[in-house]
Amino acid sequence: MEEAMREGPMREGEARRRHSRERDGASPEAAAGAGRSRTAPSTRALTRVAFTVTGLGLALTLGCSEPTSDSVASGGGDDIEVELCDGETSTRVPARAEYTREGGLAIASDLMAQWKRRNPDAEWVEAEREKHRIEPPADNTDLIGKTQGHTYSRITERHVKEWERELMQLVAEGSQIFHSPDALGSEIAVSCDMCHPDAANTHPETYPKFQTQIGRVALLRDMINWCIEHPVRGELLAADSAEMRALEAYITAQRKGETMQYGKH
Amino acid sequence: MSRKSRKTVRGVKSIETKHHEQREEVLNGLRNLDRRSFLRLSAAAFGAAMGAGALRFPHTFQPVSIANAAGNGGGFRFAYISDSHLYERDLNDRFVTQLLRAVDDVQRLDPKPDFVIYGGDLAQLGQPKELELGAQILGELDMPVKMMVGEHDWYLDMGEKWRELFGDPTYSFDHKGVHFVTLNSVIEEDFWTERGMSPMERMKTVAGLDNGIQSRFEVGAEQREWLRRDLEAVDASTPVVVFSHSPLYHYYEPWNFWTKDAAEIQSMLHRFDSAVVIHGHTHQLLTHRIGNIHFHGMLSTAWPWPYAPEGLPELTVQMNRPDPFDPHDGLGAGSVRVNTDGYVDKLYDLWNRNPIEVSAGYVASNGSRNVPSRPSLTSY
Repeated sequence: MEEAMREGPMREGEARRRHSRERDGASPEAAAGAGRSRTAPSTRALTRVAFTVTGLGLALTLGCSEPTSDSVASGGGDDIEVELCDGETSTRVPARAEYTREGGLAIASDLMAQWKRRNPDAEWVEAEREKHRIEPPADNTDLIGKTQGHTYSRITERHVKEWERELMQLVAEGSQIFHSPDALGSEIAVSCDMCHPDAANTHPETYPKFQTQIGRVALLRDMINWCIEHPVRGELLAADSAEMRALEAYITAQRKGETMQYGKH
Repeated sequence: MSRKSRKTVRGVKSIETKHHEQREEVLNGLRNLDRRSFLRLSAAAFGAAMGAGALRFPHTFQPVSIANAAGNGGGFRFAYISDSHLYERDLNDRFVTQLLRAVDDVQRLDPKPDFVIYGGDLAQLGQPKELELGAQILGELDMPVKMMVGEHDWYLDMGEKWRELFGDPTYSFDHKGVHFVTLNSVIEEDFWTERGMSPMERMKTVAGLDNGIQSRFEVGAEQREWLRRDLEAVDASTPVVVFSHSPLYHYYEPWNFWTKDAAEIQSMLHRFDSAVVIHGHTHQLLTHRIGNIHFHGMLSTAWPWPYAPEGLPELTVQMNRPDPFDPHDGLGAGSVRVNTDGYVDKLYDLWNRNPIEVSAGYVASNGSRNVPSRPSLTSY
């Protein structure tokens, strides 16, 4: 089940992880597309409950007491161990305590704090957005409550947030590569932003067009590769590589609102 | 770099250099003519060229600016080179070669300029070897070189190496009746301590033009006070020329095409009959005027920046959209003719293109006279 939960974010996170060894794995937030829990047999007569942070409601219905540090520290045989979906992070609470919303939130906060300590780079999308301006994607909140055939019986706020979160991951990943000579594989320490701050002057809206200098019709990705080969002096990217997808996403995102004018010189 | 290898580089003349020499020869010849004979010659040459079906000296005809230059008796000229962003030669020889080209260009100017102002960002990441390489290359110039500091020179060791090589970044001097001031306009509020950044992390943050974590450039209270005292002794009739790395006005904040306390500096310059600010950092042809103050940008030798999405001063006639397939396009060096009244004609000596002159008359007339040649292709 965990594999299934991670599939989406890992797919789009592929290139980023390749470039950033210290960051790995999907974050609980990213995996929170569906709040799920499981009960596992305990080796020490504990009840293990795995849940994701946005699956807090489920955790609450399963029942968690007020998890003070004392109760965790003195946890006896009747404690409940609450485990995060990463299979590594857990906290204990007394099994017989009263179940309250506050108690559930405290458990979630504790688990999240632990997870963040273990994954200091977890909020890389926010960190990247703080460093480099990224145009936010189109606002879809007006679709909440509407239906779309078989895919969405009813579009919820969570759907809309999920669209944006997944998209921002890809775009932020593109921004990281765009700004990093290492990620681009430059032999001469040159990155895209040195000529194109905020992806200015990349004009993705003008492609495809006949590019006289290379003697054929060029797509945006052909020009990205031309830049990687020449000014950047790096290795060409495969057209469908994770890096190319991310770069295209970032460059396109930065020209939000421009009129599409393919063929414009 | 050894002198020997330097000579090897010089011995090889690229087709652009040859073209440049030929063009310069023609221009020098033309400068010695008076305006009337120049126009006659220019018309005749143009007619002959049209008759022959080809221009004899392609790219060389700029009758208006040449006629002006020829007609200007007094004043003096200095040259500029800026924004070379050197890495060590082993890592990136391209930026090194480009600075060498600019040094060659300035070295060959005839008549020789009185001095050269280096506009800052000599190094890319402020590393001692980058700065030393730059100092060595600029040392080839056989005329006085005035140095200005840029953010890329500063934020690894907070200017320690730069000061060791070039001295204090804030200073003034007088030359032929003009008072010159050089400022360090790239002071940033501390954003690094709280974030626990290493010196190199701090340097790389500042080196990213579009990195929003860094603070905005300013001259700062200490230098403003220094400037106030420095200018106190200068008579209002003395022309003042200020060198600053960033534009001393507000063009585009996100890229630090901007100096936070620019207005306070401007207010100190308003009492002078003439004041000029020459700045680097923007890597593009840039012209602005605020009251009595004329502002001019400098070209980079490393890469051109795009014009910012907003805030471009109205007086700016953009340089042509650089051709990415020509690695030297949009780059160059140039010179500045200081007229007797203190205002300047600014020459952008773009490599592989016609030079563009932005004259004092153009700025003084708010763009109604002596309009510089317009680009055939503007930015997207």
